[in-house]
Amino acid sequence: MNKVVKQILNPSALVTVLAILASFIIGGLLIAFANENVQTAAGYLFARPGDFFLAIWNSVIGAYDALFRGSIFNYKALDSVGMIKPLTETLTYATPITLAGLGMAVAFRSGLFNIGGTGQIIFGAMGAAWVGFTFDLPAFIHLPLAVLAGVLASALFGGFVGFLKAATGANEVIVTIMLNYIAGLLLFYVLTTPLFQAPGATNPISPEIVESAKYWRFMGDSFRINASFFVMLAMVATVWWLLNRSSIGFQFRALGHNPSASKVAGINIGFSYILVMAISGALAGLAGTSQVLGAEKFLTPSVAASFGFDAITVALLGRSKPVGVLAAGILFGALRAGSVIMQANQKVPIDIVLIVQSLVVLFIAAPPLVRLMFGLADPAKKAAKAAAKVEAKNGASA
Amino acid sequence: MKLELRGITKRFGAMTANDNVNLVAEPGQIHCLLGENGAGKSTLMNVLYGLYQADGGEILLDDKVVRFSGPGDAMSAGIGMVHQHFMLIPVFTVAENVILGHEPTKFGGLLDIETARRQVREISDRFGFEVDPDAIVGDLPVGVQQRVEIIKALMGDAQVLVFDEPTAVLTPQETDELMVIMKQLRTEGKAIVFITHKLREVKEVADKITVIRLGKIVGEASPKSSANELASMMVGRAVDLDVEKAIAKPGKATFKISNLSAWNHVGTKVLDDVNLEIHEGEILVIAGVQGNGQTELTEAIIGMHGKTSGSIELDGQELIGKNVKQVLDLGVGFVPEDRTEDGLVAEFTIAENLMLDRSDRKPFSKGISLQLDYLKKFALEKLKQFDIRAQGIDSTASQLSGGNQQKVVLARELSRELRLLVASQPTRGLDVGSIEFVHEQIVATRDSGIPVLIVATELDEATQLGDRIAVMYRGKVVGVVPSNTSRSVLGQMMAGISA
Repeated sequence: MNKVVKQILNPSALVTVLAILASFIIGGLLIAFANENVQTAAGYLFARPGDFFLAIWNSVIGAYDALFRGSIFNYKALDSVGMIKPLTETLTYATPITLAGLGMAVAFRSGLFNIGGTGQIIFGAMGAAWVGFTFDLPAFIHLPLAVLAGVLASALFGGFVGFLKAATGANEVIVTIMLNYIAGLLLFYVLTTPLFQAPGATNPISPEIVESAKYWRFMGDSFRINASFFVMLAMVATVWWLLNRSSIGFQFRALGHNPSASKVAGINIGFSYILVMAISGALAGLAGTSQVLGAEKFLTPSVAASFGFDAITVALLGRSKPVGVLAAGILFGALRAGSVIMQANQKVPIDIVLIVQSLVVLFIAAPPLVRLMFGLADPAKKAAKAAAKVEAKNGASA
Repeated sequence: MKLELRGITKRFGAMTANDNVNLVAEPGQIHCLLGENGAGKSTLMNVLYGLYQADGGEILLDDKVVRFSGPGDAMSAGIGMVHQHFMLIPVFTVAENVILGHEPTKFGGLLDIETARRQVREISDRFGFEVDPDAIVGDLPVGVQQRVEIIKALMGDAQVLVFDEPTAVLTPQETDELMVIMKQLRTEGKAIVFITHKLREVKEVADKITVIRLGKIVGEASPKSSANELASMMVGRAVDLDVEKAIAKPGKATFKISNLSAWNHVGTKVLDDVNLEIHEGEILVIAGVQGNGQTELTEAIIGMHGKTSGSIELDGQELIGKNVKQVLDLGVGFVPEDRTEDGLVAEFTIAENLMLDRSDRKPFSKGISLQLDYLKKFALEKLKQFDIRAQGIDSTASQLSGGNQQKVVLARELSRELRLLVASQPTRGLDVGSIEFVHEQIVATRDSGIPVLIVATELDEATQLGDRIAVMYRGKVVGVVPSNTSRSVLGQMMAGISA
């Protein structure tokens, strides 16, 4: 499996771009097929083929235009708030996706395949929400405390996986998948207990987060974007520093590339597993705090949404590099924000966006497919040639 | 069948890997192609095997020009190749592996494994290979796996057999056995091309020797030439194969192993009551056929072996019970047997590899912040001091030749405050120039008054490098003898007979 992960983490930039392009093209075809006008026009295709192609054109352009208006800039909006709201929505969605994506990236770079984003987000959200709605403190202490509680809960939850791997050799993929279920069901359960459930509520929902524990909505209450966006940007920089400029990150990367040489070099592998998973979990937990203290104001069973799995996709798409994860996170945030408008305006099912997202990963995992579609040469063959060249050169200079 | 390569030229971009190479291999002869790593031997054979297309020249079989566009063509023309890295599927049986690619079928397209098994048995009996067609390949020792490769080549009725560095993975015994097999194939009238850089083997089996250097044939040599003459031709300058070292001046015995036993994960005893001591300024070589406890011994010393009992003392400190980091911190330098697997991170740069064991220490980091300026300075210094040939300190380890990779490992291990050096097969797979360099470094370490433990599987290295030799057999030390002990006595000890 490691080899596959390595391949997914190292596509060329060109393959990444082409994979995204190809996914949108296929997404366009699906939009056209699902469109009523196209289906009607297909009925009299031979009588008036022009209608058919026009209908296809209209449906695809209409859908992608709505996607653009929903995620970047709504030029049809009546006021300036409406115009820029889509972009802020994109960034609001991008925040938890990127944060959790960073968490996954740290694990991937260290050779651990953390699938537990969902569970770790849930733990982060639970910790933050409980502190957020239970206490009433001054804002300068309440928000940090709530965030800290979330981060701690998810770090312990993630670190536990590292501990199991270090102590018993348990496979982190299986453990994290199972812990996702446990976390999801635990969340549902606690939301029915007096500890978490809002007084008088019949559905599983927490009391509202106290104002002093909410991330600051710095563009006013018409926008959901909040200070967790800046936390996310800071984390992009921090994770970059951690991986590239700190001894801890150096050891993580050594472990990811070659655990056996790391062991011989005296790196404590067991401890590293625990630390990697704790950091990975903590970042996913931050995503949870961003959801519950920022975008939403309550803790609900759907707090993790699909962010846990989006995070894996985003980490892979961004090649597990912090800046790449940020770019991929914004792309996915845009798709998510835009899909809502696409569905409302053009009646394009929201699932189309999920398909596009899935196709992106599929293509990235299968570079030969993308190369075949776009008629590119195989870089592995090129590399082999180059390697032979280097070998010959070394021979000549030795 | 006679094989002739005429004027083969192969270029990669501006680089000429093979420059107008001529080679003739006659039936019933063993033709050695001798050259250092990177001299262009493998490129030449890949051209012959159809993996590369030559930019010039031609291949002749029995004086007829042939063209191969792939290994399939070469095979059906009667050329068989035994690769350095075996092309076998470990979970398949011998018979299944041998027929892979041209499976015989019976009525209805069913796999005819019976025929395959019979053919394997026939060939095995004819050459005395002792290969069981039903054995799972992954369970077989390396030497036997290689015979499976040979059977595979012979099944295709190969008349020309190419052996690409076949002894690199073999123990001395297996090497001897392979030499016998090659001689047998010669009597059968096969033309054999034997690619190697090991002089002893060349001298033992070759009928004709062609030396290749930097892609060009530098000349033919007679098997009667001395090893030093051959080495000089191969390297292009005078080479002295003897290890230059003064008589050891041993000091106190600062490293002691007493009653050391160890068990593997299934509970088999892999080290059995080992007692050794090494003095300051002395090289002790552990000799023996690979797999007799040497790996476990070095693992036990550096704190990587799980279940052990007994004692390992360095400067009066007990090593057993300490983890790898603690052991390294006491001043143990460790050169692992498999440098690409255990010594280096292939994707890391030279500089990063140089700080693999000390990235969290001053001056490489302050707090947890890496000091990249210091690292750069340090790496440049080591690059020069250890003569590491690379584009620069940012070349990745995977871009380096084996010799330069080993220099990186040595540069790292020797730049620690050493109290003991442990090196496992430190010259395995290296070219002559690098071997010289590694030996020099090890002797210099000894002369600075440090006890040195070397694991060697080649007897020449053991006798030349060691001041004393301890022979291991089945986890036990058979005996410790002076390095001038005769080969035959050492050979007997390696088979478990105490001197």
